[in-house]
Amino acid sequence: LQIFINNEWHDSSCGRKIPVYNPATGEKICEVEEGDEEDVDKAVKAAKEAFQLGSVWRRMDASDRGRLLNKLADLVERDQLILTTMETIDSGKLFLIAYFVDLMAAVKTLRYYGGWSDKIQGRTIPVDGEYFTFTRHEPVGVCGQIIPWNFPLLMFIWKIAPALCCGNTVVIKPAEQTPLTALHMAALVKEAGFPPGVVNVVPGYGSTAGAAIASHMYIDKVAFTGSTEVGKLIKEAAGKSNLKRVTLELGGKNPNIVFADADLDHAVEQAHHGLFFNQGQCCLAGSRIFVEETIYEEFVRRSVERAKQRVLGNPFIPGVDQGPQIDKKQFDKILELIESGRKEGAKLECGGSQWGDKGLFVQPTVFSDVTDEMRIAKEEIFGPVQQIMKFKTIDEVIKRANSTHYGLVAGVFTQDINKALTIASSLQAGTVW
Amino acid sequence: LHAFQIFINNEWHHAVSKKTFPTVNPSTAEVICQVAEGDKADVDKAVKAAKEAFRLGSPWRRMDSSHRGLLLNRLADLIERDSAYLAALETLDNGKPYTLSYSVDLSLVVKCLRYYAGWADKNHGKTIPIDGEYFCYTRHEPVGVCGQIIPWNFPLFMQASKLGPALATGNTVVMKVAEQTPLTALYVASLIKEVRFPEGVVNIIPGYGHTAGAAISSHMDIDKVAFTGSTEVGQLIQQAASRNLKKVTLELGGKSPNIILSDANLEDAVEQAHSAVFFNQGQVCSAGSRTYVQEDVYNEFVERSVERAKKRVVGDPFSLQTEQGPQVDESQFKKVLGYISAGKRDGAKLMCGGGVAADRGYFIQPTIFGEVKDNMTIAREEIFGPVMQILKFKTLEEVIERGNDTQYGLAAAVFTRDIDKAHYISAALRAGTVWVNCYNVCGVQAPFGGYKASGNGREFGEYGLEGYTEVKTVS
Repeated sequence: LQIFINNEWHDSSCGRKIPVYNPATGEKICEVEEGDEEDVDKAVKAAKEAFQLGSVWRRMDASDRGRLLNKLADLVERDQLILTTMETIDSGKLFLIAYFVDLMAAVKTLRYYGGWSDKIQGRTIPVDGEYFTFTRHEPVGVCGQIIPWNFPLLMFIWKIAPALCCGNTVVIKPAEQTPLTALHMAALVKEAGFPPGVVNVVPGYGSTAGAAIASHMYIDKVAFTGSTEVGKLIKEAAGKSNLKRVTLELGGKNPNIVFADADLDHAVEQAHHGLFFNQGQCCLAGSRIFVEETIYEEFVRRSVERAKQRVLGNPFIPGVDQGPQIDKKQFDKILELIESGRKEGAKLECGGSQWGDKGLFVQPTVFSDVTDEMRIAKEEIFGPVQQIMKFKTIDEVIKRANSTHYGLVAGVFTQDINKALTIASSLQAGTVW
Repeated sequence: LHAFQIFINNEWHHAVSKKTFPTVNPSTAEVICQVAEGDKADVDKAVKAAKEAFRLGSPWRRMDSSHRGLLLNRLADLIERDSAYLAALETLDNGKPYTLSYSVDLSLVVKCLRYYAGWADKNHGKTIPIDGEYFCYTRHEPVGVCGQIIPWNFPLFMQASKLGPALATGNTVVMKVAEQTPLTALYVASLIKEVRFPEGVVNIIPGYGHTAGAAISSHMDIDKVAFTGSTEVGQLIQQAASRNLKKVTLELGGKSPNIILSDANLEDAVEQAHSAVFFNQGQVCSAGSRTYVQEDVYNEFVERSVERAKKRVVGDPFSLQTEQGPQVDESQFKKVLGYISAGKRDGAKLMCGGGVAADRGYFIQPTIFGEVKDNMTIAREEIFGPVMQILKFKTLEEVIERGNDTQYGLAAAVFTRDIDKAHYISAALRAGTVWVNCYNVCGVQAPFGGYKASGNGREFGEYGLEGYTEVKTVS
């Protein structure tokens, strides 16, 4: 399992390897060549060459880029079982979810962007004076992409699809915890017929390979998905180096607001999945559930009952609802935050500790009587820990929901169209459900 | 051999009248087979099916838009799979050279379907900040049941050009294919069923214009009609459509000016101008059928064009060397010969060709008239055959005026090395497409359509979605 540059497989320049673990068992699956600064350099060189004016990639009809993306989608479909199995072993997510959610979304994303390739249109513009003015929508160039471990395959495709659709070339660093499906994708990229150098995959650590990408003088743009903490480092590195363009998808502490007039069973179920999906390892997790006081007690009761039904175990087995957390670092962080919840006076309704004696499983945990100043109400936990808080009025909940540095998503449950639209327009969040 | 019947609700039907009509191989003038002849009663059945398929809550209406795109891509896959057969069937029925059916027509069909497959889930409405405390947005909805009447010059490509945007945007279709060339469209119907478009979404009726076509354009339950064909019939369709005010888009005739300036790359211009007229046996709506040549290079241009035309290989379209096949049927054949006579009568100078090219089938010699004047019949009327008109001009202003002096406005071209002249002329010509140093460049991504009597609306590109989209504002 090597580094993929110019449609070829390379050993690491530094000679080191990354051990890859199965979080459900703790066992080492295999080793992967570790990319460092020198390998990033090689990859950038290849990507730059592939982006040269007059290259095969630059001269290709836009519709042909779309054809290649659709071909890649066909290959992902062909290998869906291999990819699903690999993803499950590497990340601990449930096999059936990896199949029906991650894989299906991956194929759809590739086909979606395949369709856009020849529809990236500029404009002709009637400026003053006798000029013919038009805009061209050109590719940015060599794009560095740094992706996380929570949806390894999907993140890979969410990054490369739009980049390739628009004609860029890519140097992508998968997370050190989950490099396997990215490397299989590299093989499929070659099989689909993308020219060499268009996609380069460099597994490695954030502090070495990731930092090399963020500060590279010949990378034109960096896209990062991960923690806000690291996002700041990336933005700084980009500024210090060559002012490369930066796009960031970072953390969230997302408010999920349940009004008294909501369909209660539906809200409980949605809020449950909204938090616990993917072992709570979702930037979108609805990790601050605000419930209108008149239904608060009942909501908590039903949520706890629902959480207790959650089955933990081997992610390959149907009937299992929750797999392990990704690694020891995350596992420790989650338990530490749970402890802070206890200490700061939140009411532990269920769960609260490790599950089982093998692998990194955390019991589904529910806290009620959570107040806004507690750590569990402010910090992103990224684990199966649900916070339920009480509110009185709509103005109050809007203020409290917005009192966070984050602003990724939000949810509102109500039958009242006016409440729904008011919340949707008042919340400072990129998506409101 | 596949049964060539009427396709309604994913099933094959005889005509209600039980009548059939023959389709003829224009290379030999022999009948290929009989085809069910659709008339008003069959159109009624088809419209009923299309209306049902469009009902609120139907599988087609409830389908994810991305899934519509998936079905269009799968149709493209199957057409690719069967392209050798389809190209052969197209050549048999239409007479165009097989090498071109395969490499041009089929290729464009696949590209068109894949292009519109990509648009299926990207037809966005807008949210709009109107005055007042209102949440305002537009929905881009399908128009409904769309009647589509297509011609015989590019049977498969015409079918794909119409189905692509209509299906991508979620409409249902009642399509009448040309009586001269129904076979390939009906084969594609079997692929539509194989891909599993829901029943009633696409219905295909072989039949005549004055019966089935007229029934479509005046039908009270058809929401929109799209027609490609002659300006003469386009006018009839527009009038019939006024009965229920159905939306109308038309792609009609042309008498497109191809302007060669004295600074053009002459060798290139001669070759391009040759294809501009003679491609597809001259049966192209955008044919560059008025070649205006600046006087300094006129003589040499004519001489080289004649030399090129004489080299044109006319013959059996299944032969790989053939560049030009027969005209599509006897009626067109006679019409073209009639225009050639008119040219001679009006005093144009016959430089080459001018007659029949074989004693079987509908083959016509590549024909060139020189010293053509603007008021001659051959300079004003659409010939739709392998007949080139070359006219002389002096100045840019003059040729722009003469180029625009026509009821038509489909296409035009200018050949020049001077970027300012190119911009000037392309801005001045009243034509839906202007080519610069090329001709008949057709990208499915770019809109195509006519000014004036050449039609209404645009096909292809993002613009092609408009005719199949109804905008609803919700506040």
